[in-house]
Amino acid sequence: MTDTKFTGTRSYIATDDLMMAVNAAVTLERPILIKGEPGTGKTQLAIEVAAALERPLFEWHIKSTTKAQQGLYDYDAVARLRDSQLGDDKVHDIANYIVHGKVWEAFESEKQPVLLIDEIDKADIEFPNDLLLELDRMEFFVYETKKLVRAKHRPIMIITSNNEKELPDAFLRRCFFHYIKFPDKDTMEKIVDVHFPKLKKNLLKEALEAFYKVRDVPGLKKKPSTSELLDWIKLLLAEDIPPEALRAEDSRAAIPPLYGALLKNEQDVHLFEKLVFLDRRTRTQ
Amino acid sequence: MLIPFFFMMREGGLKPSITELLTLLEAMKSGVANQSVEDFYYLARACLVKDESKFDRFDQIFAAHFQGIEDTFKTMVSEVPEDWLRQQAELMLSEEEREKIEAIGGFEALMEALRQRLEEQEERHEGGNKWIGTAGTSPFGAYGYNPEGVRIGQQGSRHRSATKVWDRREYKNLDDQVEIGTRNIKVALRKLRKFAREGAEEQLDLDDTIDKTARNAGLLDIRMVPERHNAIKVLLCLDVGGSMDDHVRICEEMFSAAKTEFKHLEYFYFHNFVYESMWKDNRRRHAERIPIGEITHKFGSDYKLVFVGDATMSPYEIVYAGGSVEHWNEEPGAVWIKRLLNTFPKAIWLNPEPEKRWDYTPSIKMTRELMEDRMFPLTVSGLDDGIKKLR
Repeated sequence: MTDTKFTGTRSYIATDDLMMAVNAAVTLERPILIKGEPGTGKTQLAIEVAAALERPLFEWHIKSTTKAQQGLYDYDAVARLRDSQLGDDKVHDIANYIVHGKVWEAFESEKQPVLLIDEIDKADIEFPNDLLLELDRMEFFVYETKKLVRAKHRPIMIITSNNEKELPDAFLRRCFFHYIKFPDKDTMEKIVDVHFPKLKKNLLKEALEAFYKVRDVPGLKKKPSTSELLDWIKLLLAEDIPPEALRAEDSRAAIPPLYGALLKNEQDVHLFEKLVFLDRRTRTQ
Repeated sequence: MLIPFFFMMREGGLKPSITELLTLLEAMKSGVANQSVEDFYYLARACLVKDESKFDRFDQIFAAHFQGIEDTFKTMVSEVPEDWLRQQAELMLSEEEREKIEAIGGFEALMEALRQRLEEQEERHEGGNKWIGTAGTSPFGAYGYNPEGVRIGQQGSRHRSATKVWDRREYKNLDDQVEIGTRNIKVALRKLRKFAREGAEEQLDLDDTIDKTARNAGLLDIRMVPERHNAIKVLLCLDVGGSMDDHVRICEEMFSAAKTEFKHLEYFYFHNFVYESMWKDNRRRHAERIPIGEITHKFGSDYKLVFVGDATMSPYEIVYAGGSVEHWNEEPGAVWIKRLLNTFPKAIWLNPEPEKRWDYTPSIKMTRELMEDRMFPLTVSGLDDGIKKLR
């Protein structure tokens, strides 16, 4: 149990509703599921929560081939076979061949840890169902050694999802839920500010204007997100682009410079160029 | 004070569970939210709503409940909420019991009484013999029995004696709560896949044998598996353009679910009906056409054939040579579909049009006859039934 509340950090701006959801999850020691557009800082949240509350962080990144079991433990049967052929004494104790997974590591932590299960939607469709008991009771059974592993401290579980697959109801019921909305201009200014404290005010204004204009282009396959904006500003600074160059009203340079950092898809780039071209034509007429 | 809010949410179409409500209470007790309504709003949302597309609905209900604007809410759910009528228990009566229930007068009297009762009733009801709900013997409601009953919100007739279906939920299909979604489709398609792996165990499973032997500390443990040659193969033929535009989203979902679920999936497009050729790329549909003959020749009869289309068109497009809207077809579509069905005996047609409209469209009826009645609605349950036919 902790008295400290998560209120964002020096490098992470959290909105009120996000803070509420995180604090509820921390207090009640229940998992929290974070959804949102790619690049809105879902994974970053776990890192920042761990840093803010001074907790150890365990990261479990999910791939399409990840099985729920791998987070708990693996039985290294091949190593045991080899040892048995070599006559190693270790072979008699099966516990020597149980490899701990991330969840187990987190369960054994001496201090209440933060456990990040990143991109849970990448795994097989049944994956979340296989973790229900572990999420509920924070314990699991090792069949090989007939041992029950129970969490010393219930970890703060942060689970992220990109919505590639819908998650089962039984799983959702056990979590708190938060959807990170795309930040509005004010929040975005704060976010950019914590990342680039010395950024000139007018450059920031122009950059944000150009950025939201790109986001508003209808029919983009992948809208640029916060992380792309930050990358783009980093590039602008590195190239030392003056704020005037960003002003889209200047019809000659209607395409923002270095837009490759914002648009990651060739169809989007084509679409964008086409729209800018049309726009320019209507204006000259 | 939270209990009415909880039920209001359920009536409003959100489905929070009791455990979620308890979590919320626990969080309130431990003081996560400090007395302010805003905090409570965020907390309640994080606890009770697990889908961002439902946030809007939650906001409406929250506003209605906590600002005392209960009237707005009443108009919002003034139709009979579907959840009263959800089938919870099905009432099966014996013959004597049926005789005991007496009818309460003519049709007009029945409708009038229903109208009155709709006004009186305010909550969900199950069993009993007066209120509207499920599994009772009142003349109104679903899944129950009364010789002169009025059925409300029930899909199929149970006892086939209700005199009229008065389904007031006309806008049900427009709601975001339609059951089908990629996850549901995948779960349904999975049933087909499981079947493909059944059979006699006659092959040595090398990996599993090594694994089990190692686990056995070196003693040989032989493992066998069924032969895997008949992993499911699917030919998916999708209708595109025209009347199918209304169903694009569901077809996309179906397609993307199928694509990740089956290794052997071949797909083709057609417009309205199948003629001598189909195509794989909609942008080059005129240049690159694949003749049906090539398809029947190339793919074996172990392929399952799945059509997805609304089958809504002029009947001429099916039965007449030259009936196609796009080109001159030498032979009618009916002949071509027969040829396909001869090669691929396991075939179904999935129709995104609601099932109750099928009888009013002659072309759907005809297609259904051509498919020998193997047409199913493109819903999760329809998909389930269809897959049973494919096995």
